[in-house]
Amino acid sequence: MSAETVTNEVAKGSNSRFDYKRAWYKLKKSKLSLVGLFIVVGVIFMAIFAPWIVPYPADATGATIAFDKMNQPPSLEHFFGTDEIGRDIFSRVVYGARISLMLGILVLAIAIGIGVPLGLIAGIWGGKIGALIMRITDIFLAIPSLVLALAVAAILEPTLINIMIAISFGWWPWFTRLVYGEVLSLKDEQFVLASEGLGASKWRIAFIEVLPNCTSTIIVKATLDMGFVILTGASLGFLGLGAQPPTPEWGTMIAEGRVYLPEMWWQATFPGFAILVTVLGFNLLGDGLRDVFDVRLDGE
Amino acid sequence: MSNNMLEINGLKKYFPINKGFFKKKVGDVKAVDDISFTLERGTTLAIVGESGSGKTTLAKTIMRFYDPTEGTINFDDRDITNIDQKELKLLRQQMQMVHQDPSTSLNPRKKIRDILEAPLLIHKVGNKQQREARIRELINLVELPEEFLNRNPHSLSGGQKQRIGIARALALNPKLVVLDEPTSALDVSVQAKIITLLRDLQKKLNLTYIFITHDLSLVRNFADQVAVMYLGSVVEYSDVETLYNHPLNPYTQSLLSSIPVVNENESKMLPNKIPLEGEIPSPTKMPEGCKFHTRCPYATEKCKQRPELEITKYGSRVSCHFAEDISEGKVKAGIR
Repeated sequence: MSAETVTNEVAKGSNSRFDYKRAWYKLKKSKLSLVGLFIVVGVIFMAIFAPWIVPYPADATGATIAFDKMNQPPSLEHFFGTDEIGRDIFSRVVYGARISLMLGILVLAIAIGIGVPLGLIAGIWGGKIGALIMRITDIFLAIPSLVLALAVAAILEPTLINIMIAISFGWWPWFTRLVYGEVLSLKDEQFVLASEGLGASKWRIAFIEVLPNCTSTIIVKATLDMGFVILTGASLGFLGLGAQPPTPEWGTMIAEGRVYLPEMWWQATFPGFAILVTVLGFNLLGDGLRDVFDVRLDGE
Repeated sequence: MSNNMLEINGLKKYFPINKGFFKKKVGDVKAVDDISFTLERGTTLAIVGESGSGKTTLAKTIMRFYDPTEGTINFDDRDITNIDQKELKLLRQQMQMVHQDPSTSLNPRKKIRDILEAPLLIHKVGNKQQREARIRELINLVELPEEFLNRNPHSLSGGQKQRIGIARALALNPKLVVLDEPTSALDVSVQAKIITLLRDLQKKLNLTYIFITHDLSLVRNFADQVAVMYLGSVVEYSDVETLYNHPLNPYTQSLLSSIPVVNENESKMLPNKIPLEGEIPSPTKMPEGCKFHTRCPYATEKCKQRPELEITKYGSRVSCHFAEDISEGKVKAGIR
C-alpha cells in the first residue's frame, strides 16, 4: 500500500448514499427553510390525522345541514366559524389539506412520470427524436397551464381525478425542459464519455448514469411546484371547474364563501389562509432543499 | 499474429464548419490531418503536443468515439475503421481509456463498487459473486483498500480517484489502454505514483499504452516511442532516447526547452531555450506550407512548402526542411 493511500485513510468520507446529518445541518442554517419544513410537516400531519383532529368530522365531508348554527363567527366552539348551512369551517379546512396534498402529489407524479423520461430521451438521443420531443414540449409550454387545465377540465366532467389529469396535462413539459437542460450539461461530463467508452447503451447512459444526477434538481423543482399545483387546483375549484361541493376543497370553499363577503369574512378567509400558508411552506422548503442537495458545492 | 497491436494509416478526422441559415459547409476543422504510425505489443507510444494540437481527437478517433474521415485503423490484426455498433461494443472490451480529470470521469452519484461493476454488467460478465470477486481483485490491483468500495467518489483524493479510473479501464482485460493525460489534474507527488503504478501494471498485464500528454518531462521514463503533434500532424516521430538526445524539429526543441529545470546539470541536458511565441493557430485557418512556420524561429521562404516526414540519420522521422542543417548546427535562430 502506498503512502498516498495510507494518509488518505484519515480523510473520512460518507459511506451512505445520502448524508442525513449534513443535510439537516444545512437546512437548519436557514430559518426560513425551517419554517417551510414546519409548515409542510404540519399540513401533512393535518391531512393524515384529520379524522382525529377535527371536532365535527361529519361536517367536513358531508352536507349536514344545521340551520341553528349557520353563519356563526369564529368562537371557541367553532374556531373558524360556520358556513351558510351551519358546517364547521375549521373541520372543513383541515380535511381540505387531504384533497390539496393528494392533488399535488398525484399531479406531480404524473408530470414527472411523463416529463422526465421524455427529457432524458431528448437529451441523450438528440437529433430528430430530440428535436421532435422538444418542439412538442414548446407547444405545450406556449399555452398557460391554467388555461390548458381550464380547457381540459371543461371538456371532462369536473371530478377530482379529471382535475388532476387536466393539471398534469400542462405540467409535464416543465419537467421535460428542466431535465433536458440538465442532460445537455451532464452529457459533456467525462463520466458519460467513460461510460460510452465501456460500451454502455444509450438507455444505460440515460437512466443509470445521468438520471441519478438529475434527481436533486427534480426533487427541488417538485417541492417548489407543489405549492403552485395546489394553487392551480384551488383556482379551478374557485372557478367551479374543480372538486364539487360538498368536497371540502379550499378553492371551492372560497367560491362558496365569496358571496358573503365582507360581512361573513371568515367563510372565505380561512380556506384562503390555508392555501397561502401551504403554498408558502412548500416554496420555503423548496428553496431550502435547493441548498441541501447541491452536492457539487461541498464535493471536495 | 503480427507484432503490432495498432497500425494507423493516413488517418484523418475533419469536423465540418457549417455557417448561415442553411448550415452551408464552409470549411473543415482539420483536427487530425493524415497521421500514420504503428504500435508494437506491450510498448508505449507517447503523443505529445500543446493544447489544441489534436492529441485527444486522435485518441478518440482510434477509440472509435468518432468515425474517421479518411485512413484506416488496424487493431490486433483487424481493420476496425468501419465496424458497426455491435462489433464496436465487443471491441470496447479490448481497448479502454483512462480519462483526464478523475473528478468528473467518475459518476458522483455512484459508489466505487457500482463504478467498477458497470463494465462487467454492460458486458454481462459472470454472476454476482464472480463480479464481486473481480471488483475486489481490481481494487487490489490499483493498491487501494477494499473499504473504498462503499464510498462515493467525492470522498476520495484526486490520486485515489484516478486509481479507480485505471481499475475501471482494466476491468475487462483490455489489450490497449489509451491514457488521456492521466496525471494532468494531479499534483506532482501523486503524478509520480500514478506513473509508477501504470508501468507496473503494463509489465504485469502485458498492456499496450497510448500515452497522451503535454508534459515532456513525464515521457522519458515512461514511453518507448514518441510522436510530437502540431496542428493535427505528427512533426516528429522517433524512439524516446533519440528524441531527447537529438530533437530535430524546431517545435520539438522548443517543447523540450520549456521543461522547467531545477539545477544546472539538468539544464545542460536540454537544448538551448527556444521560446515559443504566440498561440497555436486556429485549426480552421491552417497556415500554408509548414504549419509551424508562423511561430518558427528558423522559418524562411522555403517553409511556404509543406515538408514531409523524412527519416534522419538518427533514425527518427522529422518533418522540417532544415532538419539536417539543424542537426549539424548550420542554421541559427532568427534568420527571418
